[in-house]
Amino acid sequence: MSNVGIVIVSHSPLVAEGTADMVRQMVGDEVPLAWCGGNGHGGLGTSVEAIMGAIEKAWSEAGVAILVDLGGAETNSEMAVEMIGEPRAQKIVVCNAPIVEGAVMAATEASGGASLKEVVATAHELSPA
Amino acid sequence: MADMATADLSRLIEAAADTIAAHADELTALDQAIGDGDHGLNMKRGFEAVRAEADAFAAKPLPEALKAIGTKLVMTVGGASGPLFGTLFMALGKEISAGPDRATLTMAFGKAIEAVAARGKSQTGQKTMLDVLQPVHEALAEEKTAAEIVAVADRAAQATVPMKALRGRASFLGDRSIGHMDAGARSTALLVRAVAETIERHA
Repeated sequence: MSNVGIVIVSHSPLVAEGTADMVRQMVGDEVPLAWCGGNGHGGLGTSVEAIMGAIEKAWSEAGVAILVDLGGAETNSEMAVEMIGEPRAQKIVVCNAPIVEGAVMAATEASGGASLKEVVATAHELSPA
Repeated sequence: MADMATADLSRLIEAAADTIAAHADELTALDQAIGDGDHGLNMKRGFEAVRAEADAFAAKPLPEALKAIGTKLVMTVGGASGPLFGTLFMALGKEISAGPDRATLTMAFGKAIEAVAARGKSQTGQKTMLDVLQPVHEALAEEKTAAEIVAVADRAAQATVPMKALRGRASFLGDRSIGHMDAGARSTALLVRAVAETIERHA
């Protein structure tokens, strides 16, 4: 599959999984999709290791768009992308968009075969600067 | 303050992990006031993970040891503090030499602070750990003694109390963040004290 992959990163595994369910309802299996949530120790938070695993799972040669909730999810996702390193890092973008709407819109765009740039732009339209 | 080459890294790790463990409840209370309340537990988890492998870290040359400690913190802390403190150590390791003198330490510390600022998209004056790191860097550059540097760090953490948070979860509170010490500034000051006093004691 060459569609852009979507990764959902929330502080809460329930939010991440629920968001993924909503994405699946919209695009089925046409888009590589993975989610992670929680600090890996049973609490709320995000884990760089789990994010790296989710990127691996949703990996597509077309790239991966990551949707995050609060600041720590963004910081940890940026760290994960850096640790994955080049050449793949340049094909991974942490989106500035609301997590639920952003994930559903980005995945819908991705399911039509859009490029990573187009997918990210669609998500970013939800967050006027 | 003596240079870091004379200090046993495993002693520094013990001192850092000890102070974080001893103050975990205080850090959590600070974070509960204006954040999500996980700072003490997260930092303790990270520094205990570093302590558990202290011998392995101490066996490496200083640059590699600091990079490995940073990576361990990134992987174990589990909040935004993980990438921020992890980046501090990773960048310090990248810039420092195996037996750094004061000038090299100061230079590397300055670069590490820039890396933390970039990671957090932040700058001084926003009620964060940078508000302690920056004055400590200046004190290092001004050849201050260990005791003076510790005092600078404590004063700097205290100075975050009247600040309004502009980054992180505390920024959601706006003016209500005023009147509380930033938890990351406090943990940074604790680490500065642990490192400075350990180096001084064993110099």
